Amino acid sequence: MKTSISKAFVYQLLAKVPDPEIPVVNIVEMGMIRDVLVNSDGVEVFLCPTYSGCPAMDMIETMVKEMLADNGIVTCKITLVYKPAWTTDWMNAETKEKLRAFGIAPPNGKASSKKSMLNKELVACPQCRSENTEIKSMFGSTACKSLYTCLDCLEPFDYFKCI
Amino acid sequence: MDSLNLSKFCIRLGDHCLIMAHRQSELCSNGPFLEEDIAQINLGLDLLGQAEALLIYAAKLEGGSRSADDLAFRRSERQFHNFMLTEQPNTDFAFVIVRQYIMSLYLLKTYQVLSKVEDETLSGIALKALKELTYHERHFSMWINRLGDGTAESKLRIQTAVDELWMFVGELYEEDALDLTAQKALYAPKGEEMKAFLMEQITAKFTEATLSVPESVYMTTGSKQGIHTEYLGFLLTEMQYLQRAYPDAKW
Repeated sequence: MKTSISKAFVYQLLAKVPDPEIPVVNIVEMGMIRDVLVNSDGVEVFLCPTYSGCPAMDMIETMVKEMLADNGIVTCKITLVYKPAWTTDWMNAETKEKLRAFGIAPPNGKASSKKSMLNKELVACPQCRSENTEIKSMFGSTACKSLYTCLDCLEPFDYFKCI
Repeated sequence: MDSLNLSKFCIRLGDHCLIMAHRQSELCSNGPFLEEDIAQINLGLDLLGQAEALLIYAAKLEGGSRSADDLAFRRSERQFHNFMLTEQPNTDFAFVIVRQYIMSLYLLKTYQVLSKVEDETLSGIALKALKELTYHERHFSMWINRLGDGTAESKLRIQTAVDELWMFVGELYEEDALDLTAQKALYAPKGEEMKAFLMEQITAKFTEATLSVPESVYMTTGSKQGIHTEYLGFLLTEMQYLQRAYPDAKW
């Protein structure tokens, strides 16, 4: 393998791997890549699962390996890290805006706050931005989302929960 | 704890999660209404993820002779150490709620203790699982209130579930040699501490939901020696079917 591979290059490649459930954001933006090590044996990617039972984990590992292999990095080890536990607080404002533009209300506020613990967040509709919304179901299409309805534009939408 | 004891410890906890996850997966397309159906299987998925992480670690600690899949799909009833409570069938929705509510409390306390151990893998799994168990407990306790303090019919059903399942609660704070080893290493709460926590939470919640906590009755025991109720065999028959019929089948 080439010794000239830099950590930044690996990060660039990983930023091309989309989240399989939410294709508008990549796994780096989601905060799932905790670290990358480049040494003479190859590349080691430290991956943090979003939820213990996230069914997309296997697919993400395969996609990472394929992306690196396509770019000449064939020796790649993926290590799962659980600590610190993944949190939506690792998404930045730009990532949250991408979610909103895609039609998913982004996580609102800090995971550690009491409000989000008690499911009493003020969730704005990603379409019309009205805060006059109502929770329909604590779980939506995936474990990380809740189902809401906007009471102004009447549009149903997913809300990415704070965790 | 040495790695042999630690692997046994992880298998026990992993078994609770695995069997509970399977019971919840049985509700897929059978939930009382769509939103609750989705909620139940999402909660089950969390438990399956926790089971996988724990069994992968247990297999590694054992030295790699068995994989996590071997542990899940190639052991028989007598080799499983899940509490009998976890394997009790989804008789009706009230049974699901009572079983999962009590086990959520047990797992919350267990993971709280485990999140502070020095073992990085185990404390990592526990920290992650704690976030999940927090909303599990919230979800099931909401249903305890709704059914208990609901209609005469819902109250009758959930009180029946409480009364029928109560004899399986004793196992949750029972202690054997492995428990004592784990407690000594501060990997698990003492039995009496677990009992006090469970009783305090359950009594407060049941009072709020106008349910009665059963008077002390006979508590069954045996899962730590691999003794189970008849339901586990049927559950495993379904869960392990594919690996039994087509050994080494790959996805």
